[in-house]
Amino acid sequence: MDLGQFVSYIASGTVYTVGVTLISLPAGLLIGIILALLYVYGGKTAARVLNLYSTIFRGIPPVVLLFILFFAVSKGINLSAFWAGSLSLGVVSSAYQMEIVRGALLSVSGDQMMAARAVGLSRLQAIRYVVIPQAIRLAIPPWSNEAAIIIKDSSLVYALGVPEILRRAQLIGASSQKYLPAYISAAIIYFLLVFITTHLLTLLEKKLAIPSNP
Amino acid sequence: MPKPILTIKNLTKKYGENVIFQHLDLDVNEGDTIVIIGPSGTGKSTLLRCVNLLTRPNEGQIWLDDEEITAKGADEDQVRQHVGMVFQNFLLFNHLTALGNVKLGLTKVKHMSDAQATEKAMHELTRVGLADRANHYPGQLSGGQQQRVGIARALAMDPRVMLFDEPTSALDPELIGEVLEVMRQLALDGMTMLVVTHEMGFAREVADRIIFMEKGYIVEEGSPDEMFNHPKFPRTREFLWKITELYGKKEKDAE
Amino acid sequence: MLTWLSYFERFGKNFLRGTAVTLELTAVGLAIGFVLGLLLALARCYGPKWLRNLAGAYIAIFRGTPLLVQLFIIYYGLPEIGITFTQTTSAYLALGLNSAAYQAEYLRGSINAIGEAQMQAGRAVGLSKWKTIGYVILPQALRLALPSWSNEPVSLLKTTAIVFLIAVQDLMAEGKRAATATFDFVGTYLAIAVVYLVMVFVLDALLKFLERKTRIPGMDIETRR
Repeated sequence: MDLGQFVSYIASGTVYTVGVTLISLPAGLLIGIILALLYVYGGKTAARVLNLYSTIFRGIPPVVLLFILFFAVSKGINLSAFWAGSLSLGVVSSAYQMEIVRGALLSVSGDQMMAARAVGLSRLQAIRYVVIPQAIRLAIPPWSNEAAIIIKDSSLVYALGVPEILRRAQLIGASSQKYLPAYISAAIIYFLLVFITTHLLTLLEKKLAIPSNP
Repeated sequence: MPKPILTIKNLTKKYGENVIFQHLDLDVNEGDTIVIIGPSGTGKSTLLRCVNLLTRPNEGQIWLDDEEITAKGADEDQVRQHVGMVFQNFLLFNHLTALGNVKLGLTKVKHMSDAQATEKAMHELTRVGLADRANHYPGQLSGGQQQRVGIARALAMDPRVMLFDEPTSALDPELIGEVLEVMRQLALDGMTMLVVTHEMGFAREVADRIIFMEKGYIVEEGSPDEMFNHPKFPRTREFLWKITELYGKKEKDAE
Repeated sequence: MLTWLSYFERFGKNFLRGTAVTLELTAVGLAIGFVLGLLLALARCYGPKWLRNLAGAYIAIFRGTPLLVQLFIIYYGLPEIGITFTQTTSAYLALGLNSAAYQAEYLRGSINAIGEAQMQAGRAVGLSKWKTIGYVILPQALRLALPSWSNEPVSLLKTTAIVFLIAVQDLMAEGKRAATATFDFVGTYLAIAVVYLVMVFVLDALLKFLERKTRIPGMDIETRR
């Protein structure tokens, strides 16, 4: 086997890594946004419950939570390892994303909410037209960090049998007894994925930035 | 004697044990410019926030044009369409242009069409002298310009009363003048205004009545002439003397 | 539903053994990470350009690739060029080298925050560059970094959970063994999760206590936790 075939075998796992990321990240975002809005604007009971959710789901190691959710999901529904793993990773991420969105909402809220109400906007309108547009911009940098984390944590699903990058590296490393080049190739591919993603998000941040003269 | 546009009766506000003010009474006639002065932390801002229901008083009532706005079923959002507020820190919506800031209330609350809203907004921006900055974002405007946009934003809703909460306290000295000028013109145009400020020159020239508040009580109120030249209470005299000295000096330095 | 509670009774001793290993991994990883991280931070703040770039590259690589891959390279890959480590040592190394990259950033941030003004003050009093760093800047920087650095021990504790994949006998490994015995995967791992939560809770409380004890009055920085 030549180097080209070697590396491309590993690289073919990229599709799965990207797939896992593209399912878990948005899933986590959707759940995270809904929960964050409830946390900030839903009253004391909701806040207390969600604080508990945050503490528990962020206090358990991702791999442990991943295993719990994966096996729980597999008991109930017949999903492939890929889907079960991705959705489970999404739930893991949701707690962290909730905190990111919550942080951004709180940074904006206070004064901006007051100014919006003073003009006659209802609470809902104020959240929708004044708080959220500004919060989105604040959330991008920490969210970019979370995206990088998910890309890296997607490697955990190799343990569930998903044929992503790390799994492929392991397989070909075992068959060729060349573990070092295999894992280094894997590392390079992950690095490129993270690098490209964070750069794209930085571009997005710049594009959405509100003009100002410093 | 025409009926007051704004009546405050027996207003009390406390946070737990801490009494901000109590048993406050105040009548404001249409077209009046009332300036409230006094040491910081004596409840002046809180009083303003009660008038547009951003804060709810513990006791007492407020009437705006015969409607009791502090009544249980009152629609707060509705009330705030008729009371404009200008904040010390401007609090412009940072993600919108000056025009966008002024338009937001018009399109989302008054349900105007985009064209109507733009027309009205530009009218108000012209009124405060910022028509040429309509497409600038708050981050691109000076403090004085931001505050004037804030005034335009409040005016666009055609309020019955305008509340100014220390509008120039966060401004560099050289930018204060442009904002006070807009306010002065507003008063001349007949707007009913409640202004909390330390700007004594403005108070002396523009106010119909000056109210001196300290520790949550109205110590004294009267016309500018009465307050500055023949104050009844020594505390009033003391405060005005100190602050006029300070600000008179500031004005001289700025020249 | 609550059978998982019985697992504590049944596997308690094993879990305790695994917990000890997990805590060990955290402590060693944190220590290696701190020493190396501090060196990296100093290199980035005060070193010549080539050193700054080297440190920067190290940090980018270790933060830009999964820890699991780093672990595999050390344990499975290095033997091919003659460097062999035991599972436990490989884990210590991977955790330490990885943590160093993150700790370097926390420390760099606070050194910069204390930075230039204090350096000038130190030099003005006659201290050499390195004496100033040692006696003036670092004592302040380390305290300033504490609130945000406190994230790292807890984060590392959770991160150690993956080393069971190279058969290090930590808490998760004990969990896996127990799960294969009970066939109740969800329940067993739930029990494990509870143990981790307790550890995280205690560690967090300890760190908050440390924060309060070492705070210099008047010197605060906004932290996002």
